[in-house]
Amino acid sequence: MKTSTARAIQCSAALTAVGLLLTACGSSGGSGGSGGSAQAATATFKGRGPITYVAGKDTTGTVQTVINRWNKAHPKEKVTFIQLPTDADSQRQQMIQNAETKSDAYTVLATDVVWTSEFAAHQWIEPLPADRFPLGKMLKPVVETGQYRGRLYAVPASSNGGLLFYRTDLLKKAGVTGPPSTWAQMTADCAKVEKLPEAKSMSCYAGQFQKYEGLTVNFAEAVNSAGGRIVDADGKPDVDTPQAKKGLDFLVKSFKDGTIPKEAITYQEEDGRQAFQSGKLVFLNNWPYVYSLAQKSAIKGKFAVAPLPGLNGPGASSLGGANLALSSFAKNKATALDFMKFFTSEESSTYFLENASLASPYADLYDNAALDKQFPYLPDLKQSITKAVPRPRVVQYGDVTAAVQNEVYAALTGKKSSGQALKDLQADLQKLTAQ
Amino acid sequence: MADTAIPPGTTAHRPGTAAARRPGRPPASASPRRRPRATAGAGRLAALLVSPTLLVLTIVVLYPTLMALDESLYGVKGLDPKTGFISDTEPFVGLKNYTDILTQAGDRFWNAFWNTTCFTVVTVSLETVIGVAMALIMHRAFRGRGLVRASILVPWAIPTAISGLLWKWIFNADGIANVLLGHQVLWTADGFSAKVAVVIADVWKTAPFIGLLVLAGLQVIPREVYEAARLDGASALQQFRRITLPLVKPALLVAVLFRCLDALRMFDLPYILIGAQKGSVETLSMLAQNEASNVRFGPASAYAVLLFLYVFLIALAFVRLLGADIVGDAGGTKKSRSRPAGMLGRRAREVTA
Repeated sequence: MKTSTARAIQCSAALTAVGLLLTACGSSGGSGGSGGSAQAATATFKGRGPITYVAGKDTTGTVQTVINRWNKAHPKEKVTFIQLPTDADSQRQQMIQNAETKSDAYTVLATDVVWTSEFAAHQWIEPLPADRFPLGKMLKPVVETGQYRGRLYAVPASSNGGLLFYRTDLLKKAGVTGPPSTWAQMTADCAKVEKLPEAKSMSCYAGQFQKYEGLTVNFAEAVNSAGGRIVDADGKPDVDTPQAKKGLDFLVKSFKDGTIPKEAITYQEEDGRQAFQSGKLVFLNNWPYVYSLAQKSAIKGKFAVAPLPGLNGPGASSLGGANLALSSFAKNKATALDFMKFFTSEESSTYFLENASLASPYADLYDNAALDKQFPYLPDLKQSITKAVPRPRVVQYGDVTAAVQNEVYAALTGKKSSGQALKDLQADLQKLTAQ
Repeated sequence: MADTAIPPGTTAHRPGTAAARRPGRPPASASPRRRPRATAGAGRLAALLVSPTLLVLTIVVLYPTLMALDESLYGVKGLDPKTGFISDTEPFVGLKNYTDILTQAGDRFWNAFWNTTCFTVVTVSLETVIGVAMALIMHRAFRGRGLVRASILVPWAIPTAISGLLWKWIFNADGIANVLLGHQVLWTADGFSAKVAVVIADVWKTAPFIGLLVLAGLQVIPREVYEAARLDGASALQQFRRITLPLVKPALLVAVLFRCLDALRMFDLPYILIGAQKGSVETLSMLAQNEASNVRFGPASAYAVLLFLYVFLIALAFVRLLGADIVGDAGGTKKSRSRPAGMLGRRAREVTA
């Protein structure tokens, strides 16, 4: 511990000196390569040298490969990959601890799309120069997840949107030609499928309804797909509306009449995937990662994907994905900015898509014929992401999502009527966003 | 008075050296007059020797406790609506965090308080009964005893977080528990079944702990006592009630006390097995964690302090009312030294009677 800190101090002292020289060169020569904004950027983003990249455990091994590529090209500005636990809560907790102690151990943070407001409001992350990143080429809703009060605080690295997985073999047998685009269509299709002898014990539809973040995602999707919203453009809660009630009612009613199986109240992503793969569900709402896993299961070739259905037409997904943010307490911020640019570039993004099937924030990757062949869900995913609505972008996201989970769970389990739940949720959210 | 003329500096190291050099000397030096001086010197030496321990205790126990108390007097950092930034400093709010817990967040606090208490009472009672039974089995001499002992201890060896995941699979909607029951119970949903799931998983995990400590207690009971009882015609049940239970009581009390303190701060099992913010299993530790994870360190400290006080009171009650001897005989307070001896003496008399 001691030695590494001592070494870090020595290193950083030496590197600050080097960094000062480099930035001096950069600003006088004007060879930054990014035009006028480089002046402003170098004013705040000083220092070159080794930095760290902090993200959840990399199960695909692709992150280290991309970092190695950077390290080879920049031997004096090496990036060390710090791996955090896989679950988002522990990642957030460690990043907050790092920020609370104002430690410079973490430089570039891989943040969940819903953390931006909280991290920015606490000034744990730096505002970034928007013109240094090709944001115009990225999908608009994805870029918005990195903004707080109109300023860019995080650059999209990957995106994600919900998809409707459905059993093509059963739908075909039941005489249904294509995927449903509305909830009513979906339940009607189910009724037809359930008449088939092989679908007797099947349930119609499931998503993630356990009391955790997945419930917030699914509730937001139901509300947005019915034309409602949780918060308005100014961040004020707006959930006690007839549209939102229609969205919640769809879930409540589906639970009551068995369209959604009772046990789905305990489903997280993996439970739903397993139920779908073992032939218990006709329709499943889940992230794209299910695709490659289901291709290796018993239902290989018997399913396809479609955009989520809604009340009166295609629905709206909740946005997932990860952004890159820069810790306010880090050193070597000039290097960090370059690395963020490199890591979120279209080239890196293509690599992540091809090798880790991570959804890209870049629009034109979705229209690439070769990629579409490898990942047949890409066109639907693009539609899902472009129509997606980010979850509430509020400072106290932890409390907001807890309030949503409490009320929605009470409605789904029949402890409250959906009207009452939304009324209480509106009151809770007003209290939380009142400050 | 002549004795008192000896300079205090010499007395400081006298007792030790004097005793070592002149072992045969009559204990005249330990006259009632001289003793206080000698003890004062020894006391100073003792203080010197103990001081590193005290220093470490101050740093690792007292300081954090006081910090937590201090932190609990501060409120939540506010958001400046103009800049959109959270302020740097936490406002001093005095006891407001505590009054908030008991008024505004009262429902949630009392729910967590009763959950915690209920879990403690139910799990510890079950664990005591099962643990004693396990100990009695492990104490018997039979073939394959080593295997039985080892297998009983396996649950205790598994980390709580892992056993939480393990039981999560068992209590899954399609898990083995429902297959065995032949009826679908949604254990991990919020409700009474979630409470039951936590109790089962906790008892499974920690009954071996009580079993282990009780086994240690059983093994120091002399065989002759049972032989004598048998000669007197005592039945197995009588032997258990009159001999085993009383003689194993000191060990059992310590085990139960440890389990109580552990159960009162239960966090990981319900958190992993059932999930966060499930009212039916939310404990006080989970409340504190929840506040801290939402960057409200003041209220989180207040919860932690209340939990600390609760645990402290339970421990105190245990020691005072039941005479649990956690310090051990050698510790040297009058009470703890005389109690077990008296108990054992009385038991011995009962046994021989």
